[in-house]
Amino acid sequence: MIRVTLPVLLTSVVGFLLVAAFFFRGLNRVNSDLSEYFNIIAAVAFILGGGNLLRMHLDKVQRRRPGWTYSIVTVVAFLFTLIAGLFKVGNSQGWTGPVEAQGSWFNFAYDAMFNPLQATMFSLLAFFVASASYRAFRARNVEATLLLVAALIILLGRTFVGAFLTSWLPQPLQFLSIPNLSNWIMSTVNLAGARAIIIGIGLGVISTSLKIILGIERSYLGGRES
Amino acid sequence: MSAFLDRVGRMDRRLIYVAIALAVIIPLVAGLTFPVITTPIVQNIFDKLDSLPEGSRVILTADFGPSTVPENMPMIQAVLRHALHKKLKVYLLTLWATGIPQLDALEQNVLAKDFPDRVAGQDWVNLGYKAGNQGVINSAFSDFPGAFPVDSKGHDVRTLPIMEGVKRIADFNLIVCIASGFPGVKEWIQFGGDPAHVPVAGGVTAVEAPLLYPYYPRQLLGLMGGLQGAAEYEAALVKQYPEYASRSEEAIQRMGPQTVAHLVIIAFIVLGNVAFFTGGEWRRRRT
Repeated sequence: MIRVTLPVLLTSVVGFLLVAAFFFRGLNRVNSDLSEYFNIIAAVAFILGGGNLLRMHLDKVQRRRPGWTYSIVTVVAFLFTLIAGLFKVGNSQGWTGPVEAQGSWFNFAYDAMFNPLQATMFSLLAFFVASASYRAFRARNVEATLLLVAALIILLGRTFVGAFLTSWLPQPLQFLSIPNLSNWIMSTVNLAGARAIIIGIGLGVISTSLKIILGIERSYLGGRES
Repeated sequence: MSAFLDRVGRMDRRLIYVAIALAVIIPLVAGLTFPVITTPIVQNIFDKLDSLPEGSRVILTADFGPSTVPENMPMIQAVLRHALHKKLKVYLLTLWATGIPQLDALEQNVLAKDFPDRVAGQDWVNLGYKAGNQGVINSAFSDFPGAFPVDSKGHDVRTLPIMEGVKRIADFNLIVCIASGFPGVKEWIQFGGDPAHVPVAGGVTAVEAPLLYPYYPRQLLGLMGGLQGAAEYEAALVKQYPEYASRSEEAIQRMGPQTVAHLVIIAFIVLGNVAFFTGGEWRRRRT
């Protein structure tokens, strides 16, 4: 009983309090404090997450499952970061210093590994986008043609070339210039789609939140009581 | 001819990779640049910042990591230069763990080089990183010093002159969020700017910009989208304050390679479609 009722009750009270805090200024403090509690609980969840990550990858290495060598990299990187972080108590300097301190482990990990790896991953996108555009943007049907035309206008509209190509248009026809068409696609067509998605997500969040607050949805307790 | 176009339609992707590499490298080496015209959605941010009276408080967030530095860094540098030039009080912070080195880079590249006379803790403050995503904004909404109790050097913020009169987010005049994902502009609008009635301006990567248009112009003052957005802000800054011409044109210079790369991609798309319609694939589909 306590294993189910207490968490459901706690969730309901906190949920209703946070909803009320949005409408009543007097509850601002409660809202702020509960956000801090969330951070503390999330920090504890990191311990569980770290333990789970280690367990999964060590198991993969032990059983020599496909891609087990990558798991070694993951475990070593995790332990390196963990150890460097555990020594970084207070505002220490030297090798235990923060990421911005020259000579610290974190600084080395960031400058020598994280930064170039992330930059490389993002740079590679340019090549894949070009290759994928070449293969995917074919006017196979009406929908694909619309997508193709919109993509070309946006691509040109995001550069000076778009303005240059249609600069000869007379003033009454300037609304047909590529930058204006690009802006129209972004602020009208894209806006309508994006707004519909946001409203849909919003309604979904409200209904799911209500189900959780009212105790109807209980899968977060472990899935057996839903 | 048909066989040739069929081959074009199935072009080796390595040729595309080489073409893209050359399209980026050659303009970069040659220093190719194009004129940049500031659009209203970016001009709005510039005008708002430019119109703020001296001493106004501006939150400037670096919610991005190293992968998007080429797009986001020119934005935040241009905004910071503009804000310091106007003698506004700047509160630098990040909700991304990977944002700490970006704030450090701002201190070195903008504050130390261009504004060495500005005093830390008085004219600007680096509040560093705080974990908790939108929860931090929620806390700062009613208790800003509580959400950011110490600056990046570990000083108690309550002892800093710049924090005088700062109790909550509503005490600020503008929030400029430069971001590339979650938490980012959307969270600053939803949990900070909108409920506190503080205008929010954003700068995001090109792929994220379309998702933020629903907030513009009522909840989002303006938006810098990708490198083009950054270049537009730089163009507005340099036009108004030509003394920054040599220092704040990173994005304008990078737009050269991006423009050529876009043209190469367009050429490949056109070529692919020509091969599709004149080659065998289209005929096979029709029959």
